[in-house]
Amino acid sequence: MAFEAKNITKNQLVSEVQSLKNNGFRFVTMSCVDLGDSLDLLYHFELNMQLTHLRLTVPKGDTAPSISGVYFAALLIENETKDHFGVNFDGLVLDFGGHLYLEEEVQKFPFCKVSVSDTKSEGGAL
Amino acid sequence: MATIVPFGPQHPVLPEPLHLKLVLEDEIVKQALPTLGYVHRGLETLASIKDINQMVQVVERVCGICSCIHAHNYCMCIEGLMGIEVPQRADFLRVIWSEMHRMHSHLLWFGLLADAFGMESLFMHAWRIREKIMDVMEATAGNRVIISINKVGGVRRDLSQDQLKWILKVLGEVEEELDKIKPVLTNDYTVKKRTVGKGVLTYQQAYELGAAGPQLRGSGVVQDVRMTGYGAYKYIDFAPVTEPDGDSWARTMVRFRELYQSIDIVRQLIGKLPEGEIAVKVKGKPSGEIVCRSEQPRGELLYYVKATGENFLDRVRIRTPTFANVPPLLAMLPGCEMADVPVIALSIDPCISCTER
Repeated sequence: MAFEAKNITKNQLVSEVQSLKNNGFRFVTMSCVDLGDSLDLLYHFELNMQLTHLRLTVPKGDTAPSISGVYFAALLIENETKDHFGVNFDGLVLDFGGHLYLEEEVQKFPFCKVSVSDTKSEGGAL
Repeated sequence: MATIVPFGPQHPVLPEPLHLKLVLEDEIVKQALPTLGYVHRGLETLASIKDINQMVQVVERVCGICSCIHAHNYCMCIEGLMGIEVPQRADFLRVIWSEMHRMHSHLLWFGLLADAFGMESLFMHAWRIREKIMDVMEATAGNRVIISINKVGGVRRDLSQDQLKWILKVLGEVEEELDKIKPVLTNDYTVKKRTVGKGVLTYQQAYELGAAGPQLRGSGVVQDVRMTGYGAYKYIDFAPVTEPDGDSWARTMVRFRELYQSIDIVRQLIGKLPEGEIAVKVKGKPSGEIVCRSEQPRGELLYYVKATGENFLDRVRIRTPTFANVPPLLAMLPGCEMADVPVIALSIDPCISCTER
């Protein structure tokens, strides 16, 4: 069950994903991990019950290429990642503009590291 | 002229708040666009304030209907990261309860589908059969739906010999009841009229659009995470149920046949259930990255977990099967009649609670 992901760059992403599709891989999903100044975008694919993973690291606030042109199924998770982490995807086939889940008044990206502070009582966290 | 008709989130046949904007020309759907966010809870972020044991209860609440399998998958992730070997008996018990969950989920869905096309007697029959499974879960785990039997390192409860005998007896009764309603499903004019040829998803579409579970297998794709042999599945004979036609009827038949399959799996597991401990003591904190998958009633469930040896996990990412089944739904609806949309939408067994987490 060891997790190994192939590191790729933004320029390689779409061609690498297209190559996986040509080889019969099914797109499973994508995961996003907050690393502080940057984000890890992990792409999960499957062929014959075996998973393959790609890892793309992008600075926060940067744009990543969308793979929804290759796999239409990626459109929801890319929109979700935009909602939660603020990643802009270039070429997203159906862009909800950061409001797949969230209302327009939401100003923060809720899945980037959160902190809870108590502003009413002395000491103690909420 | 095109007309846009809102479908859901409040709809007589939808138990889940799914909203679709349907672009119609006359009565024919030309395009369907989803709107989500009605029950989004952000459960994944709770990993930053709940410890690894508390997270078991959190993931069980992603979805009530398949809570047991969420907890099983999450525990597999943590156990994989910590190198914990779960006792064999615990593996068996986890899968027995998981298959019970699959049965009650499929029967719940089957009743809802029957209700959607106006066959209330079939709806009541399906839910009456489901009650037998719910009784087993209540008697063996103390609750009907969120049974909380999984914990990191094993399970919380054991099954006695008397309980195992009783489960086998109940399964026999469930099988008999299913045999009685099977002809309705396979021969009835109403069922076929509302499902055959409706919402067709081809093999190629299902694969390329990332469909999961009965929606994928209903299009003839042989894919079931239980084939990987996780948990106790490696100890039993198992072959995925598939149907070739890709329509609502094929997806219905996959789920109906999976009810018999689950009965068979539980019988096999009870027949081979080893003696021994049901849990091991867990020490330390997890570290590293892992991906684990399991097969929920609605399809493939994937967890990605990252831990750094701290009290709290760095990231828990949950990909639920309905999330994967929404893009295929958008491909199935164009070309169908407006009146068929509710049954087609239900044929994917949507769980928006899972989808939005």
